[in-house]
Amino acid sequence: MSDTVESTERHTIAVLVDNEPGVLARVIGLFSGRGYNIESLTVAEVDANGARSRITIVTSGTPQIIDQIRSQLGRLVPVHRVNDLTEEGPSVERELALVKVNGSGDRRIEALRIADIFRARAVDSTHESFVFEVTGSSGKLDAFINLMRPLGLVDVSRTGVVAIARGEEGLLA
Amino acid sequence: MTDQQMTGAQIVLKALADQGVDVIFGYPGGAVLPIYDALFQQNHIRHILVRHEQAAVHAAEGYARSTGKVGVVLVTSGPGATNAVTGLTDALMDSIPVVCITGQVPTHLIGNDAFQECDTTGITRPCTKHNYLVKSTDRLARVMHEAFYVARAGRPGPVVVDIPKDIQFAKGDYVGPAEVEHRTYRPRMVPETARVEEAVELIANARRPVFYTGGGVINSGPRATDLLTRFVRMTGYPCTSTLLGLGAFAAREPQFLGMLGMHGTYEANLAMHGCDVMINIGARFDDRVTGLLSAFSPGSKKIHVDIDPSSINKNVVVDVPVVGDCAAVLEEMIAIWQARNYTPNRLAIDDWWAQINLWRARDSLKFNQPVEDDAIIKPQYAIKRLAQLTADRDDVFITTEVGQHQMWAAQHIPFNKPNRWMTSGGLGTMGYGFPAAIGVQLGNPDALVVDVAGEASIMMMIQEISTAVQYRLPVKLFILNNFWMGMVRQWQELLHGERYSESYSEALPDFVRLAEAFGCRGLRATTKGEVDDVIREMIAHPGPVVVDMQVDKTENCFPMIPGGHAHNDMLLGPEDEAERVPDEKGMVLV
Repeated sequence: MSDTVESTERHTIAVLVDNEPGVLARVIGLFSGRGYNIESLTVAEVDANGARSRITIVTSGTPQIIDQIRSQLGRLVPVHRVNDLTEEGPSVERELALVKVNGSGDRRIEALRIADIFRARAVDSTHESFVFEVTGSSGKLDAFINLMRPLGLVDVSRTGVVAIARGEEGLLA
Repeated sequence: MTDQQMTGAQIVLKALADQGVDVIFGYPGGAVLPIYDALFQQNHIRHILVRHEQAAVHAAEGYARSTGKVGVVLVTSGPGATNAVTGLTDALMDSIPVVCITGQVPTHLIGNDAFQECDTTGITRPCTKHNYLVKSTDRLARVMHEAFYVARAGRPGPVVVDIPKDIQFAKGDYVGPAEVEHRTYRPRMVPETARVEEAVELIANARRPVFYTGGGVINSGPRATDLLTRFVRMTGYPCTSTLLGLGAFAAREPQFLGMLGMHGTYEANLAMHGCDVMINIGARFDDRVTGLLSAFSPGSKKIHVDIDPSSINKNVVVDVPVVGDCAAVLEEMIAIWQARNYTPNRLAIDDWWAQINLWRARDSLKFNQPVEDDAIIKPQYAIKRLAQLTADRDDVFITTEVGQHQMWAAQHIPFNKPNRWMTSGGLGTMGYGFPAAIGVQLGNPDALVVDVAGEASIMMMIQEISTAVQYRLPVKLFILNNFWMGMVRQWQELLHGERYSESYSEALPDFVRLAEAFGCRGLRATTKGEVDDVIREMIAHPGPVVVDMQVDKTENCFPMIPGGHAHNDMLLGPEDEAERVPDEKGMVLV
């Protein structure tokens, strides 16, 4: 069997949709109903006048499954466009995390030092805690969070990946 | 301006009239009373009162499939909507255009667990092509017209419009269909020429080709079926069809190999297995068709024409995908074939036909009907006689339930025209056939409409006889009564050691007296000698008829590709099955 198993790939897909009730449920229902993976999903309105939202989905699957995901998304009635950013050339991917670390003394100083290396900003501080804001690739965020773990990590909130193609092409145009 | 203030209920009726709707199927209830009130006060649209909301959707499906128009359903909130779910799923799986209007509790009660409230758009989201919850009467006309557009555009499907009761009462502006254009939904109709050229070149150079056509050709319309017939004749290649595609290419054509798939003919399945070029037009490589995927037509280049890009490479990876409407693609294929003066490879094609004719000579649909008049009736014989005794008529429509009788009908009734065959393929819904027949009869009032049924399936929608009687619809319910859920019994015999768990139809009604109780005609045949007379009497009777055709209880449906097997691995008949040991991998498959 092993020779027939295709390797799975991680793809970031941008979907421009009409911002109407239920549109996110349609997308999520499609993924759960057909057994596709969602590694992360973000959504927000990006065009208030045109009432359009952008959903960024990070998913993984064999090339055939990725192809299916694109086609199935394209088939949803309120979907304007589906762009596979991984497939279509270079793109920029960013994620933001808010990370709360409790501690005092050396642990507190070490947390600040590491935050500085990661260009994380302290956006809240008490004598016993920091909230750091850190931005970057998901891998960078993972690394930062792992380093904070022994230093008193108590809470993490992540946005999931947002991404955009490099160059002149734009989805809203 | 055409803007006019109307109530939401009036807007619904006006939009239906402007969409050319003449009949709707429904069942009233609290949350749709304003629409029923508006219905009462107009004469354009006829309402057919069914006895269960599932039947309303199946009737709309039958109407849609036999007329090419959109079928329309009107049901209430809560149980009205949930009862419609099976029908909606059926329409989604078989790509049937249906608009289903559901009542909803007033907007201020939504989310409060009000009486007869359910999350209709939430429940129907995965079983519709699209759905709407209308929260403003001013939006209603636009949504209604959009719903019709979405239902029929591209790959057709069911659309739900959920309308809260206060929206039905409130006044709002009406706009006509001409003023409504959908913001996003524009399915691709015209194919990429380069792809079509690639496909036609492959077709022209084929040595062992086969056309594999499906319901997409019928959905595309009569132009597509005409073009398909032309192209298949031009090439001289063999043509097989899926269950839903029957009638797109006439069964009487010598190039037709019969249906393919799990209960398809020997020649159709072996042609699929051995071909070097497969030309799939409007079919979707369903698991009932492909059998074991890893052994599916291993040596062929595959062309796939489909209006739905998500059908391409879903189950089977193809060499030449062509996204577009079947008619547009076939037209371009013929034009390219002619412009380039392609001719088939005569020698190779003759050899291929010689091989196919050897397969044909196996006569895989044969059955053994004893000749004596008092002999038991073989179900295939009853169906064959039904086909033969109606062969002189041009207006016969057949619907079916689901199971053995459905496969025998597909095998033994020759369909020479599209839109004459209504069956639940994708979802396999027992109970589909009789309400579908009601819908067909309303779309084709003078036609002979026969539901070939099993006694188990019909018990799921038996109440609809009352609908047929109320509207004096002369539909014929032709029950092949073998006292078993035949297909379940067959699988239990072949795959589960003859342990017939819960598949016997215990405590059946007397169908003749049941028919009489409903106020229609009941007929029965128990021996071969009675079959013709009963069929003749059924046709001659001007009203609805229930036929209790009591057939051989143990007959199995052959040929058969058992689950998990390839096309070249068929059971041809009872002689074959003795040697088989079921394997576990196949048993897991449905």
